Amino acid sequence: MASTEPAVRVEDKLFQNRYLVDAGRAHIKVRAHTEPTPALKSLLTACPARCYELNDKGQVEITADGCVECGTCRIIGEPSGDIEWNYPRGGYGVLFKFG
Amino acid sequence: MIDEKFDAIVVGAGMAGNAAAYTLAKRGLKVLQLERGEYSGSKNVQGAILYADMLEKIIPDFREDAPLERHLIEQRFWMMGDTSHVGLHYRSEDFNEEKPNRYTIIRAQFDKWFSSKVREAGALVVCETTVTELVQDAYGKVIGVKTDRGGGQIHADVVVLAEGVSGLLGTRAGLRKIPKPTDVALAVKEMHFLPQEVIEERFNIKGDEGAVIEAAGTISKGMTGMGFIYTNRECISLGIGCLVSDFQKGGESPYTLLEKFKKHPSVAPLIEGSEVKEYAAHLIPEGGYKAIPQLFGDGWVVVGDAAQLNNAIHREGSNLAMTSGRIAAEAIFQVKSRKDPMTAANLSLYKKMLEDSFVMKDLKKYKDMPQLLHVQSQNFFLTYPQLVNKAMQNFVRVDGTPKKEKQKLTMKSFTSARSWAGLFGDAFKLARAWR
Repeated sequence: MASTEPAVRVEDKLFQNRYLVDAGRAHIKVRAHTEPTPALKSLLTACPARCYELNDKGQVEITADGCVECGTCRIIGEPSGDIEWNYPRGGYGVLFKFG
Repeated sequence: MIDEKFDAIVVGAGMAGNAAAYTLAKRGLKVLQLERGEYSGSKNVQGAILYADMLEKIIPDFREDAPLERHLIEQRFWMMGDTSHVGLHYRSEDFNEEKPNRYTIIRAQFDKWFSSKVREAGALVVCETTVTELVQDAYGKVIGVKTDRGGGQIHADVVVLAEGVSGLLGTRAGLRKIPKPTDVALAVKEMHFLPQEVIEERFNIKGDEGAVIEAAGTISKGMTGMGFIYTNRECISLGIGCLVSDFQKGGESPYTLLEKFKKHPSVAPLIEGSEVKEYAAHLIPEGGYKAIPQLFGDGWVVVGDAAQLNNAIHREGSNLAMTSGRIAAEAIFQVKSRKDPMTAANLSLYKKMLEDSFVMKDLKKYKDMPQLLHVQSQNFFLTYPQLVNKAMQNFVRVDGTPKKEKQKLTMKSFTSARSWAGLFGDAFKLARAWR
């Protein structure tokens, strides 16, 4: 990411959206790891909702509440087994007003 | 949940699914359509431009009550430099016709309307239901689905997979592979609300007229990508997309690209003072003809984005989706009318009919384009736009330099950035891929 400009706060963008969060049933899971693979690391910047973050142990974690269900992380991380990806249960997840 | 057996189950209620379900129901088949969103459209994202011709072939009088935003009278292509753009604009009064050719739409609203037509045609539409699994018999024939609503299996003679670009069912059942990062683009988009008259003034349009801008160049930072700005009635759809494989390599995040595109001096005045009401992201199939998977099998067909049917060069996706949905439905109807079973051999009719349509013909025409643009992304999306913008500045700026020297300078900037052989090679390859 360019360092000279202030970071874009994606949280402010997601705040405009409607969601019905399926509490306790994350639809995406990250495989347990000690060192993240390059694919996992790329999700830190590739995810358009910034759902992936590094924890203080340097592992990649996901909080899927703001997920816009684009499937980018599935394309990058599912074939290698780095993540497990499902659609949210029917009716849950992002609810686009305009789409 | 549902005990009866259906002639067809359609998974998904986007453009392809709605076109398929509508056409099947209109032909008198017993249709169940399953959609995971709270209504048709709530999970669907598109720019969005609607192509009238393809919808007319399904619902001829759609203009009477479909929620349409603006009919397009002007198309602008912008080649973006860092602080400039070189544009090609096409505007024509001919597009102010009785039955306009292209419209902007807002998918959540449009899909709700399309879905109401599917219900009217007689299909059973069940929303808020995610299909979790395809049910196959001992020979691998698809015979139904399982959903997250419990209640076991729901059976049908044929399942139409209209599950979208990231559809899980077909890939999990091994009917096709998950798309490669080089074959899909990630686009992010915002909805910018402004008073109607402000939009009309800024884009030089009036009444129901609309304009679209497609932009490529330095905005994608060397990645294979494009920006777009579409006028709706009271809002502007603005977004940018690049190949997932490029995002994967690191660098800019999608939302940072979007913010920079919005701040570009050519773009910022168009959206100044707007209120953003939604941020969406979606994948777009970009692999073209060579990425199309197996389209049919025993008891199933795949349509729309799930089948990678998208013409990336012409920015056409929803019309290929609608058309493939309609054609699949017509093929299924023909097989059914002959009282033949829904075997792969019989359902191959779908592929044959698709090959005879513009869908496959157009995709075949550009079969080499995705590969070319991908491998050459630095040249086509960064170097050339920069050079062309520089050349234009050189051409129009008056500073006392003799014109002959200016011309030399421009030529030199091209050849030093890319050799003569490289320039001619790229031009040749581009022409050949376009042919």
